[in-house]
Amino acid sequence: MQLKPANGDLSALNAPAAPRAGALGELLYRDAPVAYAFIAPSVLLLLFLVAYPFVLSVWFAVSDARVGDTGDFIGLDNFVRLLGSSIFQQTLQNSLVFTAAALGAKTVFGMGLALLLFRVARFKRLIRGAVLLPFIVPTALSTLVWWWMFEPLYSVVNWTLKYMHIVDHDIPWLPDPYLAMFTVVLVNTWRGLPFFAITLLAGLVAIPRELYEAAEVDGASAFGRFWHVTIPLVKPVLGVVILFSAIFTLSDFNIVYVLTKGGPMNMTHLFATYSFALGLQSGEIGQGAAVSLFLFPILLAVVVVQLRQIRKATMYE
Amino acid sequence: MSSVTETRGFRSLFTLYLPLTPYILFALFPLYFMVVTSFKGNSELYDPTTVPFWIGRGVTLGHYNMLGEETLFWSWFANSLIVSIASTVISVVLAILAAYPLARLKFTGASTFGVAIFITYLVPPTLLFLPLSNVINWLGLSDSLWALIVTYPTFLVPFCTWLLMGYFRTVPKEIEECAMLDGCNRLQTMFLILLPVALPGVICAALFAFTLSWNEFLYALVFVSPAELKTMTVGIFSELIRGDIYYWGGLMAGACIGSLPIVVAYVFFLDYYVSGLTSGAVK
Repeated sequence: MQLKPANGDLSALNAPAAPRAGALGELLYRDAPVAYAFIAPSVLLLLFLVAYPFVLSVWFAVSDARVGDTGDFIGLDNFVRLLGSSIFQQTLQNSLVFTAAALGAKTVFGMGLALLLFRVARFKRLIRGAVLLPFIVPTALSTLVWWWMFEPLYSVVNWTLKYMHIVDHDIPWLPDPYLAMFTVVLVNTWRGLPFFAITLLAGLVAIPRELYEAAEVDGASAFGRFWHVTIPLVKPVLGVVILFSAIFTLSDFNIVYVLTKGGPMNMTHLFATYSFALGLQSGEIGQGAAVSLFLFPILLAVVVVQLRQIRKATMYE
Repeated sequence: MSSVTETRGFRSLFTLYLPLTPYILFALFPLYFMVVTSFKGNSELYDPTTVPFWIGRGVTLGHYNMLGEETLFWSWFANSLIVSIASTVISVVLAILAAYPLARLKFTGASTFGVAIFITYLVPPTLLFLPLSNVINWLGLSDSLWALIVTYPTFLVPFCTWLLMGYFRTVPKEIEECAMLDGCNRLQTMFLILLPVALPGVICAALFAFTLSWNEFLYALVFVSPAELKTMTVGIFSELIRGDIYYWGGLMAGACIGSLPIVVAYVFFLDYYVSGLTSGAVK
């Protein structure tokens, strides 16, 4: 492993980047060739399996491709037809409601949980571990237990509500369109809350204690400290968390597919599940691709905002 | 680390631990219910007059035995294991190679590559499954585990690269410069000097890669259809629900075993999970 020349040439020590042994050896001391060689495998993989499929998906969206048929160019017909279809309009509305409701719930309760976790002194690891658990258990499997909990005949939720005499009949959680939307939002919140809480907690920990002390000296109340110190300082982290979560909530597939398959009456279809239903189950690949491309604008917005933040951060460094 | 000590004692019981209780119950009850259901006999399971929260008429392993005897459960388990290990190894190796120059070296296009990796990190799999299934067909990989081993790195590599770049940047440059002065080349400094120091980052990347592949559902559902080649998440969902007949006991037993490897890893490496989760957003 020692490549140091054994002849004790002192001049070599003064010129560390000098070539050692042959052309290949020389290349390994320079930055650019090493860099390109190391990055190449990942770039090739991502070009071939992310960039190319993305281009293909744009092509599908402007073609009448079906299963086993690459299709012909038909312009924006798919988009026109989608925007005129009542199921797609419903999907659009569902996606907005689902994302807004789930993001709102996760932000409010996530912030509340983070503030509590921040103060926990005893059983810190145990409590954090417990709270984070829903995030790492396979979603497709944990959604099954939610399905079982809301199952029409044996729902444990209904059993409890009836036992406590809050209701006197079974509530149709999944067959009722509005309750079904409530249920998928609830499950998404259950799964996504830990991400908000743990990330916001890291943001809270990063706030210097002195600021709180200074505010206290100046006579700020607990709420005043929260509003004028905590919120402004945790805002950048909160922004990033909401943006990240916006993408993953809007593009959610597992929860809706397992719980409702988009039903009842398409009232819980999101872009991903409707794209799946159109593209794979009905074989309308063109329309399916067009539906999934509706995810792209939000993706683009998040990327732009994120990159601006990263630029800002590197400028301050 | 910087925990507040003022809220000790009796008062914290009401202002802290009491409001925390609903959060903890909300997080844990579904998982608890999953375990309880999986050990409960059918007669009790489908009797609405019994209390559903615990097991009153004896614990049974029937649902677990059923999984092994009447379904391909252990094949799905093995498939998940093969796919997750293979795609984790591939992704972590590629990510180490890509993250090193992006974090350390000066070369034209460095920031462009960084941005490109970041954008692919944000592309959700649900945007690409339709065209990807075409590419998989064209490569002749559909209905084989290779379809998943090849496609999982598309979301694992960007994630791991992003994570490792952060870790590599925290290692002081001087260590490497010393090594290079001593005559090590780039490869040697990377493997002998940087990687041992950044090992927690590599472990973290590997844990996340394994967890994400083990939990993956959509690609596994779309690219692989023969029952014996399915992964755990898809197998349980699509083979244990036949028409309108649900084997809830079996479903929950499968969900328990399917979650177990991740939960075990999680218990041992909790701190890595926490740091990996926050590294993306807090910087």
